[in-house]
Amino acid sequence: MTDDLIEKLSAQLPPYAKAMGMMVDHMAEGAPVLTMDYASRAVGRPGFLHGGAIAGMLEIAAIVALRAHLGDEGMTVRFKPINISVEYLRGGVQAQTFAMGSVIRAGRRIANVRAEAWQADRDKPLASCWMNFLLKPKS
Amino acid sequence: MTIPPTDLGERPPFPSGLGFDPATINTFMTNFGHTGFLGVRYRTHAENWIELELPWREDLVGDPETGVLASGPIVSLLDNATSMAVWVHRNSFRPQVTLDLRIDYIRAATPGKTVVAWAECYQLKQSMAFVRGIAHDGDINDPVAHAAGIFIQVDAEGWSRETVGAQ
Repeated sequence: MTDDLIEKLSAQLPPYAKAMGMMVDHMAEGAPVLTMDYASRAVGRPGFLHGGAIAGMLEIAAIVALRAHLGDEGMTVRFKPINISVEYLRGGVQAQTFAMGSVIRAGRRIANVRAEAWQADRDKPLASCWMNFLLKPKS
Repeated sequence: MTIPPTDLGERPPFPSGLGFDPATINTFMTNFGHTGFLGVRYRTHAENWIELELPWREDLVGDPETGVLASGPIVSLLDNATSMAVWVHRNSFRPQVTLDLRIDYIRAATPGKTVVAWAECYQLKQSMAFVRGIAHDGDINDPVAHAAGIFIQVDAEGWSRETVGAQ
């Protein structure tokens, strides 16, 4: 069941996420945990992850969390990002990065999701964000 | 179609004491790291603002059914443009890190079109630089996204609080 879900969520990752090397690693407390290896394609100033790459990863973590949350219903709905606010807490160093989203509310039209990214220590987040999505039926 | 670069390596540090120089910036941005991977390019700048661009590319798409770019590359473009607006304003490459960045996605970027980011540093204080930016795909009056953010000026006062076990 869990492996099926991971496979399903991985298959749905957009081209951007795949190009950046993001993968659904495992499930934790019902939410997918995303991972990304350190690579120069994600680096800003030498030795540190680019803020945009971190934000991009948080967004994908929020999207897969929302997909997992909506289950089968998620297949018939398109998510349009409305806005995002990212807080940067630490520099992203040369290490594997993880990110996980949590759905605060998925209403009829709007979903609010928070996400966090971390590296070696889950309790020392690199960055966190909130995001709002507009939920629309796939036409 | 352009071939996405695979592994470009990281950029070298900026030469110390260098004023804001578009040629250097463009070489560093195009050939290394995340901006090199995305294909971000310099367009123009003036006293406190800069314009960068991001050509559409298939592997940066967020929704294969529509071909619309993912929001991630647009955040990266705006993050980069807003941070460089601070360098333009200072006319030097002072180290800085993003404190926060907020993006409002007004509409989807048109598939196939280059996204342009205009960004300005509207207030430059000793410890913080306040920035804003607009992403569009040809007409700035029909924007794709708005950005607002703050960059910490790392070496502002040469002072920082001692923290135990801080990273």
